[in-house]
Amino acid sequence: MTVGSDLLTAGPARPKAAAPPRNALPLAGTAVAAVLAAVALTAVTALSVMDAVPGAGVAVTAGAVIVAAAVLTQLRPALRAVRSSRKAAEAWAQDRRADARRAVSEAREDAWTALGWCLTALVVLGAVWFLFANDRAVQRTFFDRDVIGISISEIASAFGTNLFIAVVAQVLILVWGLALALARMAPGRAGRPLRLLATSYIDGFRAVPAIIIIYLIGFGLPLAKVPFLSSLSPVWFAILALTLTYGAYVAEVFRAGIESIAPGQSAAARSLGLSQSSTLRHVVLPQATRRVVPPLLNDFISLQKDTALVNVIGTIDAFNQSKIFASNHFNLSSVTVVAALFILITIPQARLVDRLVAREQRRGKGA
Amino acid sequence: MPFIEIDGVHKSYGDTPVLKGIDLNVEQHQVVTLIGASGSGKSTLLRCINGLEDISGGQIRVDGEVASGRGTDVDRLRRDVGMVFQHFNLFPHMSVVRNVALAPMRVGGVPRAVAEEQARVLLERVGLADKADRMPDQLSGGQQQRVAIVRALATGPRALLLDEITSALDPELVAEVLAIVRELAEGGMTMLLATHEMGFAREVSNKVCFLHQGVLLEEGPPEQIFGEPQQERTRAFLRRIVEAGRL
Ligand SMILES: Nc1ncnc2c1ncn2[C@@H]1O[C@H](COP(=O)(O)OP(=O)(O)O)[C@@H](O)[C@H]1O
Ligand SMILES: [Mg+2]
Repeated sequence: MTVGSDLLTAGPARPKAAAPPRNALPLAGTAVAAVLAAVALTAVTALSVMDAVPGAGVAVTAGAVIVAAAVLTQLRPALRAVRSSRKAAEAWAQDRRADARRAVSEAREDAWTALGWCLTALVVLGAVWFLFANDRAVQRTFFDRDVIGISISEIASAFGTNLFIAVVAQVLILVWGLALALARMAPGRAGRPLRLLATSYIDGFRAVPAIIIIYLIGFGLPLAKVPFLSSLSPVWFAILALTLTYGAYVAEVFRAGIESIAPGQSAAARSLGLSQSSTLRHVVLPQATRRVVPPLLNDFISLQKDTALVNVIGTIDAFNQSKIFASNHFNLSSVTVVAALFILITIPQARLVDRLVAREQRRGKGA
Repeated sequence: MPFIEIDGVHKSYGDTPVLKGIDLNVEQHQVVTLIGASGSGKSTLLRCINGLEDISGGQIRVDGEVASGRGTDVDRLRRDVGMVFQHFNLFPHMSVVRNVALAPMRVGGVPRAVAEEQARVLLERVGLADKADRMPDQLSGGQQQRVAIVRALATGPRALLLDEITSALDPELVAEVLAIVRELAEGGMTMLLATHEMGFAREVSNKVCFLHQGVLLEEGPPEQIFGEPQQERTRAFLRRIVEAGRL
C-alpha cells in the first residue's frame, strides 16, 4: 500500500473539542492588588522622605498625591480586566466562543497595562527611597545642592573643552575614516599593499582601548620630542588620539556603507563611461552617505563620551574640573553635574538616530 | 567589417568556466538576439563586451579596435557601446533628468544646462517629459526602464547591449519598453540583446543565437531558429518555452 492511500484511508476527522481560553482572572486580580500595593508604598515612601527632610512636608505630600493619583488611574483597567474575565467565563458557558476569546484578550491587555505602570511606579519609588535612605546620605553624596551651585558654572565652561575636542575630532575622523575605508578597498593587485596597511591599522586601533592611546600619545609624544607634534597642547593630543582611534571604527562604518550599495549601481555608472573615481563620487558615496549617517552618529555619541578619558593626561575637561571640586568638598555632586551634561547632549542625538533609522527603513520598504 | 567581433572568448569565475569559446559577429545596424536558459552565460557575454568583466581568453573587437584585455580604452569603448540592465539600475538619489544628464556632464564635459536640456528632449521622445523631475522610485517599472534606455542613449552610442530588459517588469508594462527597442531597431541602431521574449526576438532580430552552458550551440535567422532548429538542445529549450506559454 502506498503512503498516499494510507493518508487517504486514515479514519474520519473527529472534530477536536475546542479548548477554553486561558482564565485571565488570576492575572486581573494580581493587577488590582499591584495597584493597591503601589499606592500604599507611595504613602510609606512619602513618610520616610518627610522624616529625612524636615520642613518639606507640603512639597512631599503634593508629590506623593500626584504619584498616588497616577497609580490609581490604573485601577480602572485593572478592575475592567476582572470584569472581562468574568464575562469571558460566562460567554464560554453559553458557547459564544469568539466573545469569550475577545473578552479574555481584552482582560489580559488591561491587566498587563496596569501591571506595567505599577512596575514603573515601583522603580521610581525605589529610587526615591534609596536617595533619602540612611538619613539622606545618598542624596547628599550625589545631589548636594550647595556643591552643585558652587561648581556648575566652572564645570559647564570646562565642558566646552569636551565639546571642542569632540567637534574637531569628528571633522578629522570623517576625513581620516573615509581615507582608511577607501585604502582598505583599494582594487586589484596594485592595491594589495594599501589594503594590507589599512587593514592592519584598523585592526590595531580597534583592538587597543582609547584610554591607552590617549595615554601613550599624551605622555609619549612630549617625551619622544617629536618635532612639531610634541609641542602641541594636551587638548590637541586628545584630538589626535581620538581621531586615530575612532578613525578605525568610522572606516569600517564607511566600508559597510559603500559595500551595501548594489553592484548594479557601479556597473551602470561604469557602462555609461564614468571613471572609477567619478562613479564613487557621484553614484556610490552619495547613496552610501545616507545609510552611513545613523551608525556614524552612534560612533560620534560614544566619541563624545570618550572625551572624558582625556583626564588621564591632565587636560582640564569637565570631568577633571569636577574631580577637583569633588575632592575639595568630599562630595560627588559635581561629578553628577558632568553626568547630567553628557545626558543633556546625548539624548537628542540618540532620538535623532532613531528617527533617521526609521526614515531609512521606510525608504527601503518604499523602493 | 562587423561592428562587434567576438573571437573564441572564454570566461571563468575562479575555476568555473562560464563562457567556453564564443564566436559571434554583430554587423552594423544588425539586431542580434541571445536566447538560452538561465545561467547559460548571456549576461556574462554582454558584460564582457562592455568591459564590465575581464575575459580569460580570446578577443573582442569593437569597430575594429581591440576591446578586451590589458590596455583597452574602456572609456572609448563605453562611449561607443551602451548597456541597459535587467534591473534598470537607475541612480535612486538623482531625479530622472539628472540620471540621463549625468554621463554627458561627467564624461562628455557638457555643461549642466545643456545636458539637462538634451536629456529632456530625449525623455520627450519616449513620452516621459512630464516625469523628468521625478525621482526614479516614483516611476513604474516600465517607465524606469524607458529612462534607463534613454540614459544609455544620451552619450550617443553606436551600439546597445540589452540584458533581459523586460524580465523584471510586470507583464502589462513589457510592451511599452519593447516599443522603444523596436523603434531603435527600425532606426538602424546596432543591438545585441538577451531576452526571453521569443515573439519579440523573432520579430526584430536579424540573427538569433542559442547559448547553452557557455557554448553558442546554434545561430541563424529567426525563421530558422524558431522554425526548424537543427540542434536537439535548441528544440528542447524552445519546447519548454512553448509549454510555459511564452511563445
Ligand atoms: N560574479 C559571478 N561569480 C561567479 N559566478 C557567476 C558570476 N556571475 C555569473 N556567474 C555564473 O555564470 C553563469 C552564467 O551566468 P549569466 O551570465 O548570468 O547567465 P544568464 O544571463 O544566461 O542567465 C551562471 O552559472 C552563474 O552562476
Ligand atoms: Mg542574465
